[in-house]
Amino acid sequence: MVEERAQRVSRGPAREEILGRVRAALADVSPEDRATPAPTPPPGAHLEGDALLERFVERVEDYKATVRRCAPEDLAATVAEALAPLGEGARAVVPSGLDLAVPGAVSDDALTSYDLDGIEAVVTAARVGIAETGTIVLDHGPDQGRRAISLVPDLHVCIVRTDQVVADVPDAVAGLDPTRAMTWISGPSATSDIELDRVEGVHGPRTLHVVLVG
Amino acid sequence: MSATFVGMPPFPTAARQALADTQLRHNLAHATGTIRAKRAKVVGEVEHWEDLRLAGAAVKARALADLETNLVRLEESLTAQGATVHWARDAAEACEVVARVARSHDVDEVVKVKSMATQEIELNEALQAQGIAAWETDLAELIVQLGDDLPSHILVPAIHRNRAEIREIFRSKMSAAGKPAPDDLTDEPAVLAGAARQHLREKFLRAKVAVSGANFAVAETGTLVVVESEGNGRMCLTLPEVLISVVGIEKVVPTFAELDPLLRLLPRSSTGERMNPYTSMWTGVTPGDGPQEVHVVLVDNGRTRALADEVGRQALRCIRCSACLNVCPVYERTGGHAYGSVYPGPIGAILNPLMRGQGDPQVDSLPYASSLCGACFEVCPVRIDIPEVLVHLRSKVVDAHREDRVPKAEAVAMKGTAWAFTDARRLAAGERLSGLAGRVLTRVGKARLPGGRATAGRLPGPGAAWTGARDLPAPPRESFRAWWRRTDGGRAEGPEQSEQKGGE
Ligand code: SF4
Repeated sequence: MVEERAQRVSRGPAREEILGRVRAALADVSPEDRATPAPTPPPGAHLEGDALLERFVERVEDYKATVRRCAPEDLAATVAEALAPLGEGARAVVPSGLDLAVPGAVSDDALTSYDLDGIEAVVTAARVGIAETGTIVLDHGPDQGRRAISLVPDLHVCIVRTDQVVADVPDAVAGLDPTRAMTWISGPSATSDIELDRVEGVHGPRTLHVVLVG
Repeated sequence: MSATFVGMPPFPTAARQALADTQLRHNLAHATGTIRAKRAKVVGEVEHWEDLRLAGAAVKARALADLETNLVRLEESLTAQGATVHWARDAAEACEVVARVARSHDVDEVVKVKSMATQEIELNEALQAQGIAAWETDLAELIVQLGDDLPSHILVPAIHRNRAEIREIFRSKMSAAGKPAPDDLTDEPAVLAGAARQHLREKFLRAKVAVSGANFAVAETGTLVVVESEGNGRMCLTLPEVLISVVGIEKVVPTFAELDPLLRLLPRSSTGERMNPYTSMWTGVTPGDGPQEVHVVLVDNGRTRALADEVGRQALRCIRCSACLNVCPVYERTGGHAYGSVYPGPIGAILNPLMRGQGDPQVDSLPYASSLCGACFEVCPVRIDIPEVLVHLRSKVVDAHREDRVPKAEAVAMKGTAWAFTDARRLAAGERLSGLAGRVLTRVGKARLPGGRATAGRLPGPGAAWTGARDLPAPPRESFRAWWRRTDGGRAEGPEQSEQKGGE
């Protein structure tokens, strides 16, 4: 019923009229100008090896996130260390595809938003790290879980492998699958709405720990 | 619930009121100064900034040049990914689509992500009229909504409020809208942000329907992008069952790869950050993740009118970064309200007339709200030549008023000039009159310009609009021609013959 009504709207006169107005408005534009190819944007920052990872750490920390570096065999201990300040009995949502022993782990079995609101932390992997901007991109694959789990709990521990770190935005965009839901995260949530004073921590996780492994 | 811009006076009147508000001017100067410095720093870090601007402009220009193809493609991609696409010719149609979807789910409230498009169509008022509360969740929008106020900046809509005012609004207004502010609320920004977090969390958790805009809509894939800072956007885009996104048709970007230059340009230009805290991308319905019913409303509402203007259509490239507001000497002094629109500042001065056409005195006054200094063009990440469009629109306003029965003051003045200059005797008479006026005015107006020149006070009648916000140098007491005659071209310098004690 709802669908039916919606369909009728989309095929209605508004669509034809808007497209007609667009056509008329652009009557002066030549076919060549219409078919301009996509521009080639300038390259982003060029970084490799240690400089790349150092830049990533520096830029993530610049946005008031905490970064810990560790070897693969120390991952579980490093994640536990990041969760430790929450104290005994604190729980952390762990997505089904993340193969890691996490203290207080809760699996995401159809948790409601209210359930998530009662859980202190979340531990996820990531898809890409961007050094120049200090950004982590989640594409919400099985080791990262659906979007809500990395949003509602107040502390997010995010694991990034060193081989996932790229130099700049163009490198990241080139490797992402646009059909997946994605969240780009640069530091904990923040606002500058009050006198342009930056305050870390509004609605998203107020604390972000990044574990750079490898 | 919230105020609207309907019935705003033309810019000069509104600007005079704003200029008299010293608190406002202080808040604005502080805020725009801070953000200008932040932007300059992070833009300076980018090696190829000018090339990046060229690329950003090219992406948007290309999207607009072939807009029909891109829109049809966007619709196809969205539909293929499980979204329902609606088209709305104007604000009323767009509001009706949103209201109908909301009603079909029997809700009496929706949560909202800050969106210029929904403000433009006055969606909150339309929903309220149908008994649906629309909760703004962006901190600044919340401040504006609770304060029953109007937004004054694209990015920081409450830029005109300082912390003490915000604390007062939270204390007195939060309880009527939901969870009250804590008793020990201080005016620390962190404490105020904490109060907003608590107040809004219950709304996020229970909301069934969310309304958003989009910064970009990718034709090739159907991907929508929302760029934000606080996480309220993620909450709205993720937790509710139904998501309705109201998207202006100019938001389309042809391919996913072309998001690259735009995502590099926007945060640096906007908040002065290398990247904003959160960017969400979603493509129709993602099974098992987020809203399972997704609607996209593609809105015209004057955009095709702007598109038809060959000079003005570049304004549709705007990515709403607000850099042009922050560098504008006029905006910095008058604030956003004087522009009478959700789109203030330099971009508002061109976008409103382009989308709404000529004829409304308020809109017609906007292309004059500029000194044409060009700072806006220099910072614009998509290279919109705002001064060029302003000049073009001024000529359109003049053309539109050519047939008016009551000519504008400028037109009267210009006609008078032409009349006087065509006849030497008239000019001489006019100069005598002006010299007389100069003596009178310098006596009335006590002020002096920074250079020490006397200023004429407020002009009466049609001239009042000009002198209300500017200092008019007093006309010289003696015209050049009178001086020449009296002194024989400077050879016989001597005292002026009459009114020796006049003036200052
Ligand atoms: S006109 Fe340019 S500078 Fe102004 S808001 Fe739009 S994109 Fe930003």
